[in-house]
Amino acid sequence: MTAALKLVNLSKTFDIGGGFFSAPRAGVRAVHPTDLTVAAGETLGIVGESGCGKSTLARMLVGLLPPTTGTIEIEGAALDTADPAVFGKRIQYVFQDPISSLNPRKTIRQIMEAPLKRLHGMGRADRAARISEIFASVNLREEFLDRYPHEFSGGQAQRIGIARALAAAARILILDEPVSALDVSVQAQVLNLLADLKRDFGLTYLFITHDLSVVEAVSDRIAVLYFGSVVELGRAEDIFRAPMHPYTKLLADSAPVVGRALTAPEGGETELPDPLNPPSGCAFRARCPRATALCASAPPPLQARADGREVACYHPLDG
Amino acid sequence: MTAFLTLLARNRLALAGLVVMTVVVVLALITPLLPLADPDVTDTGNRFVPPLSPGAWLGTDHLGRDLLSRLLWGTRLSLAVGFAAAVAAATIGAAIGMIAGFYGGRVDNIIMRAVDMLMAFPYILLALAIVAALGPGLINALIAVAAVNVPFFARNIRGITVGIANKEFVDAARLSGLSNARIILTEVLPNVVPVIVIAMSTTIGWMILETAGLSFLGLGSQPPQADLGSMLGEARSALITNPHTSVVPGLMILVIVMAINLLGDGVRDALDPRLKSGALSRPMAATRVDRRSPVPPAQDAAAVLDIAGLQTQFHIKDRVYRAVGGVSLSVKPGECLGIIGESGSGKSVTALSIMGLVASPPGVITGGAARLHGDDLIGMPYRQLRDLRGRAVSYIFQDPQATLHPLYTVGDQLIEAIRAHRPISVKAGRARAVELLKAVRIPNAASRIGNYPHEMSGGMRQRVGIAMALANEPQIIIADEPTTALDVTVQAQILALLDDLRRSRGLAIVFITHDFGVVGQLCDRVAVMYAGKIVEAGPTRAVLDAPMHPYTARLIDCVPELGGGKRRLEAIPGLPPVVDKLPHGCAFADRCDRVQGLCRAGTVALEHTGNRAVRCHFPVNERQAAE
Repeated sequence: MTAALKLVNLSKTFDIGGGFFSAPRAGVRAVHPTDLTVAAGETLGIVGESGCGKSTLARMLVGLLPPTTGTIEIEGAALDTADPAVFGKRIQYVFQDPISSLNPRKTIRQIMEAPLKRLHGMGRADRAARISEIFASVNLREEFLDRYPHEFSGGQAQRIGIARALAAAARILILDEPVSALDVSVQAQVLNLLADLKRDFGLTYLFITHDLSVVEAVSDRIAVLYFGSVVELGRAEDIFRAPMHPYTKLLADSAPVVGRALTAPEGGETELPDPLNPPSGCAFRARCPRATALCASAPPPLQARADGREVACYHPLDG
Repeated sequence: MTAFLTLLARNRLALAGLVVMTVVVVLALITPLLPLADPDVTDTGNRFVPPLSPGAWLGTDHLGRDLLSRLLWGTRLSLAVGFAAAVAAATIGAAIGMIAGFYGGRVDNIIMRAVDMLMAFPYILLALAIVAALGPGLINALIAVAAVNVPFFARNIRGITVGIANKEFVDAARLSGLSNARIILTEVLPNVVPVIVIAMSTTIGWMILETAGLSFLGLGSQPPQADLGSMLGEARSALITNPHTSVVPGLMILVIVMAINLLGDGVRDALDPRLKSGALSRPMAATRVDRRSPVPPAQDAAAVLDIAGLQTQFHIKDRVYRAVGGVSLSVKPGECLGIIGESGSGKSVTALSIMGLVASPPGVITGGAARLHGDDLIGMPYRQLRDLRGRAVSYIFQDPQATLHPLYTVGDQLIEAIRAHRPISVKAGRARAVELLKAVRIPNAASRIGNYPHEMSGGMRQRVGIAMALANEPQIIIADEPTTALDVTVQAQILALLDDLRRSRGLAIVFITHDFGVVGQLCDRVAVMYAGKIVEAGPTRAVLDAPMHPYTARLIDCVPELGGGKRRLEAIPGLPPVVDKLPHGCAFADRCDRVQGLCRAGTVALEHTGNRAVRCHFPVNERQAAE
């Protein structure tokens, strides 16, 4: 198993406050130091609620944000320069909002040509041939090329976004909530398209979402993120069926499932900890029914178990 | 472009401005070709000839020079300098603004503070200082006027650029390998050009005036060269004795600046996307009602709310969008009815039509009835309708951030909601507000009441939204995707809260969503909407276990169910029809795998069997459903 993507000790701290002459007052840790390996041809799902740092992580992986610490290795080669043009040929990004990720004043052809011209320096004839090849693979008609983004529905625009990512010829795609802005019937079309493309081109996906049933349906493995850290990592078919971290269990119990009685899985205040004033120890302990004094002492490390599951918890379920 | 011209022409004043400006510009352009006297040849024997004299239609000035000739040559020069200054200021200002806005941080800080310093000088003082430093002359005046106006453009464009630089398409361009310079030129610039044009069209008249002002003071054009300002300046000494020498250039300045400003306002209105979308036109207080057909009778006497054959349309230009095409529903006290559908299915418009909340124009209710305890709400006098809004029927919307006013505390907003219907004291209102926040399980309600909406999390804000809906003990709550914007753990709590409330208070809930899981947990009955019509309705469990309409069946299959592991989804090919071009027969026919000739022959009726209803000739699961 070769690693398509390997993150070592990757973290991001945003400075806040501070003026023109003064140093920043404080730092907000959006992503705590994280180690993660994605095998070639794998789909790794990353799931978490708003504010868990999943988008920050994704933006670092494609070089849109420089990491505070750590390194990113793509297909064995370390990338320590945060230059999107270098990243672009190896790893690409599909955005959540398909319409706003397309420049309203450019035709689809101009949008599609940019990566071919800038990243690969292709000539005009080569570009046209490559574009029709890509459009055929995402089931779009070539007559769309001379239209503007506002003329497309969300599902079509998302196919165009995927086509643009494919044009860069990257083998790894970061999919940031690629279907959450789409209607359910269109959502299934796009998810199936992504599965076909992965099979045909041997792609590796990092699939970021907040939708548990979608992530389970498309992923090989799933990492659960809470407050900037991976709290659990395991095979997609196991992780929500038999969660080991109390937070994963809370997520699984909260998802609306037909036929399950409606009960609030937890009561009272359920807000995320204040990122300016993070709690000591485990970030989830204030919400956790299994929390003990040990949990406040230090953040639990992410530990691998015999079955390949990794959990960051002192008192895992079924453990 | 043609759309822009049509919009512009609709504004009469702008059209007048355009006509006047065209005439003036054409005259200025052809001035060298006209048979005019030399503007600079003096003839002191014929000084101060009055207007309409032979050989000098507008008379002559203090040196006997032909005023018509000087006026046209002067206009030509003034326009040229004004346009040049505007173009120079716009180019430099926009470049500064785009660089500051795009790079942000320290670059932005340094550039914008310098611009602020430039703005701190009174403009005329600054212009005088620049001219004083460079020496008098038309080109120097042009530089001064342009420099004075740069900050205006820089600040304007910077604001727009900051918004654009954070758009996802800029990130996408970076990943496509574009350099920063190329991103500014090809991604940002095309999106700020309309703003530059708008800013230019509204300031160019001002710049012509400023140039004229400098020339008037003798700092612009130098004798004998004529521009409008220097003509006025030279005529000043003869203002009383020979007023025509000042009136002629004065009127020309007035006409030009007036025409440019009218035209500029028109250009701005035609280009501004907010004005184009009609967002600034005020909708009526209640949706317009224009019922052409007889009002259908009520179906269910026991219902709190009974909707019969409701039709709502949007009339936009010459198109008619049939958003709701004859929907009948009813809810009993304590019951929860789910309405499920994709975007554009008409589920939200149905909900908004009930209390006349669809914006008019363009919305029109064209048929049907919505009865609250037997009283038809459609077409009810506005006074009565307003009294029922929020008291008998209240709404919860998707985005509590957008429905709560950002500048008032949540307590003030709750008290206002109560006092709109009941004359109670502020103190009693406050006590009631705390009670309501407790009812929606907000911890520390008494202290949370002083919070502003931005100080609360999304889940807490939605609880406030629910508390506000409960404020006047309504009989029905209409919840339009109230949990779609929330995280899954928060959603579970909000759903449990709504379920509790309806059981303990006997509330009827109409719950609009696209999520089968949510419907399955909360709702007693469900209605599935497609292209403005109900295609299937029945008890939730029965519909979810054995859907009868092919659309319902396939929509359920589209959604992965938690616990199913990795798999391929059963997608529905194609897209829903657009409601201004609905097909003749079944709207789902083009996407359906059971379609037959009959489906396209004519309208399919909603057939009731027992407590189920389906709008399909060839339903699935018929036997199962009957059992």
